[in-house]
Amino acid sequence: MGISIELEVNGASVSKEVEPRLLLAHLLREELGLTGTKIGCDTSQCGSCTILLDGQAVKSCTVLAVQADGSEVTTIEGLADGEYHPMQQAFWDNHGLQCGFCTPGMIISCVDLLKSNPAPSEDEIRHGLEGNLCRCTGYHNIVRAVQSAAETMNG
Amino acid sequence: MAGESNGAGVFGSSIRRREDPELITGHAKYTDDLKLSGMVYCTILRSDYAHAKINGIDTSEAEALDGVIAVYTAKDIEATGVPGGIPVGWLLPDMKIPEHYMLAKDTTRYVGDGVAIVVAEDQYTAHDALDLIYVDYDPRDGVANPKKATEDGSPLVHDEAPNNIAFDWEIGDKEQTDAAFANAAHVASLDIVNNRLIPNAMEPRAALADYNSITGELTLYMTTQNPHIHRLLMSLASLGLPEHKIRVIAPEVGGGFGSKIHHYADEAIASWASMQIGRPVKWTATRTETYLTDAHGRDHVTHGELAVDADGRFIGLRVDTYAAMGAYLSTFAPAVPTYLYGTLMSGEYDLPAIHCHVFGVFTHTVPVDAYRGAGRPEATYIVERLVDEAARVTGIDPAEIRRRNFISPDAFPYQTQVALEYDSGNYEGALDKALEAVAYDDFRKEQAAAREEGKYLGIGLSTYIEACGLAPSAVVGSLGAQAGQWESAVVRVHATGKVTVYSGCSGHGQGHETTFAQIVASALGVPYEDIDVIEGDSGVMPHGWGTYGSRSAATGGSAIASAAEKVVDKARTIAAHLLEAAEEDLEFEDGNFFVKGSPDQVQSLPDVALQAYLAHNLPKGIEPALEATSFYDPANFVFPFGTHIAIVEVCASTGQVDLKRYLAVDDVGNVINPMIVDGQVHGGIAQGVGQSLYETAVYDEGANLLSGTMLDYAVPKAHFLPSFETDRTVTPCPHNPLGVKGVGEAGTIASPAAVVNAVVDALSPFGVNHIDMPVTSEKVWNAMN
Repeated sequence: MGISIELEVNGASVSKEVEPRLLLAHLLREELGLTGTKIGCDTSQCGSCTILLDGQAVKSCTVLAVQADGSEVTTIEGLADGEYHPMQQAFWDNHGLQCGFCTPGMIISCVDLLKSNPAPSEDEIRHGLEGNLCRCTGYHNIVRAVQSAAETMNG
Repeated sequence: MAGESNGAGVFGSSIRRREDPELITGHAKYTDDLKLSGMVYCTILRSDYAHAKINGIDTSEAEALDGVIAVYTAKDIEATGVPGGIPVGWLLPDMKIPEHYMLAKDTTRYVGDGVAIVVAEDQYTAHDALDLIYVDYDPRDGVANPKKATEDGSPLVHDEAPNNIAFDWEIGDKEQTDAAFANAAHVASLDIVNNRLIPNAMEPRAALADYNSITGELTLYMTTQNPHIHRLLMSLASLGLPEHKIRVIAPEVGGGFGSKIHHYADEAIASWASMQIGRPVKWTATRTETYLTDAHGRDHVTHGELAVDADGRFIGLRVDTYAAMGAYLSTFAPAVPTYLYGTLMSGEYDLPAIHCHVFGVFTHTVPVDAYRGAGRPEATYIVERLVDEAARVTGIDPAEIRRRNFISPDAFPYQTQVALEYDSGNYEGALDKALEAVAYDDFRKEQAAAREEGKYLGIGLSTYIEACGLAPSAVVGSLGAQAGQWESAVVRVHATGKVTVYSGCSGHGQGHETTFAQIVASALGVPYEDIDVIEGDSGVMPHGWGTYGSRSAATGGSAIASAAEKVVDKARTIAAHLLEAAEEDLEFEDGNFFVKGSPDQVQSLPDVALQAYLAHNLPKGIEPALEATSFYDPANFVFPFGTHIAIVEVCASTGQVDLKRYLAVDDVGNVINPMIVDGQVHGGIAQGVGQSLYETAVYDEGANLLSGTMLDYAVPKAHFLPSFETDRTVTPCPHNPLGVKGVGEAGTIASPAAVVNAVVDALSPFGVNHIDMPVTSEKVWNAMN
């Protein structure tokens, strides 16, 4: 039995009939073709599926699609606005990614981090990213990327 | 938002990766991101028991569920007559090789062993149906510890392997080594466990199999580090399809660390299911499934001893190891605790007598195979722990005892007692640089002062060597490999002078598209932007062996350099003809041919390429077009080395270890892209620090995996780690055209010993001489109290 939902995804209106149990991550990936949002675990640990829901970073594998009814969703595909978001640019410039699988969720979390703390210390960055796992970079260059993006965005 | 266009891109520069624009915008397509018309979903029911007989399987309820297309068991696969095997690709003498079928037939041998398959129209239904399959299990006892598994009376994993011993292997000279110990002034001795690890590439394994029943062709998109190996094994052992009718494609691959080398049942199952129903079938592992099926790493129980003479010189080393193989022999598993382990026991030291004995042991666990470093971290760990223990028992400073025993820079090539011939090295150079960077002598003073105040600081050295970039194919073949270890490349210069490069490597985060283009830009003098690199498709490039074992730069890069050289040679012949000059009179600089002393009259590479394709005016005997293929078989392993230093503070009241500083001085030979090399070092260190402080796969007495999710297995988070300091020395590899070595595994190989040595150093006032990894607060506190 489907439930009707309406939401705005990356600025576009979306109306769908969904199963009550459908995860938001699956709505985005399977129904809307927004595969930039990744699924890396089944226990809400890895953060690869992080998106912005009404401006807040959430793990979309832990949100039902029906809970997003009436909300605004921004995925990695919607972050750039003609040019890269400063965080995307900083990840590129600072080699903040290797295999790229955690990157969409990581970038979204980093954007959220700077929203609440525009000039974080290294320690604050590291603790601020505790919900996102990366297996390639050892986080070294992710920290550099966040520092660099903070400078750009504050400058 | 264009790609990198700074025009640099020459060998040795930190150019930003051309891979990244797709990755940072979410446009890159990984296997699970792909959809094909008519695609259905496959899930796999897995054994809940470590060891059980299967009395029967009732699939009727699952089959009746709306949306379920089929439910299969091993009997269904057998009925189709496919080989159905999951083979081992490295054979040791007298090794027991039990049958490994795509699904368990009548016995399950680990929690996670596949039992039944569901194919359904959507993925939710495919998962629902798993709960409707009823398996009548008769549970038996299981065993997880590799040493315990060899004891009389332990449950057997396979009846044909008494005491669960898969193989009994040794290297070195036992008599000579025993004699050295008889003459030793001091003996350092340690019993250690090298903890079992779970790889945890962030992208779970996945396969999308598309069988065309009209043409008989299978296209298989999958998470692979080596498409051609998977094609070969799918053809020969699992599916029985002719090799040329299988095309394996690696889309974007989200990390591997070894776990995507191996040939597993799951991708073969998806392929077989597609062959049955004639529709594309997708299987994607849940994270829990990756814990239960991705080959694990390490899992050794080891006793090691180092004999030292009165002057602090090492005179003998002996090591006895029980290495878990898990329930079946995975693809390259037997090589890992043997030829990738025993052969590294000389470390960086001039060791005149070595003996290493290894039992490969079946246990009721997930199979164990190569995981980042594969044998070399285990070897480095026991050697470097023994060296520190030798420093303790002799009273010689750990840096000094290393220096006293290093192979000297003028001793190369150096033949070890365990088969390898090291081609080059300057171990003291890297040690000196690292000690200076941490101000070692000052640290010792600081440490002494801190102890007075009840603060426990420790410093740990790991002076490591690794052998990677395997290796002459004839040599690995003689050691049991059922694979070659050369690499292929095609360098194709198009008529307009643009270039496409095909490599048999298959990157999954290493940045090959960038670094390989840098190699070609330098070799051909063509702008970096004019070069594309393509990998990861068995239907497009010549056979290759993939990416693992830190081999891609050393073997794949060398193949590309060789192919580029062939292109230049042919272009030179054509250019000489066009310039009406003798070939030997031509210079080639920045992509231009000209007669020595006459740089005004040039034929650029694009000029020559156009003529090569038009073929209107070619020298006699020269074929049209401008491209070359190379199959490069390395002359030897490459031998990266270096010194890693960890500095820790141990909290006296909680036992918590704070990794305050981590410094790596690596020598990976010539560096193609320093930014990428540093990134590889960072990631490697993080996984080694993970092993030493946080990560471990835990099985209970009944061989149930207790650390089966990301909740229970501590993949390091950002705040578990410090920033890393990296530096280099450069000792080029003498036997490949680029002078490069390998860097992917160095950090993982070096760091566990550095961290544990630091913790033991911090705890020396407590008389502690060893703590097993992961060095948790609980273990440390218990050791201190």
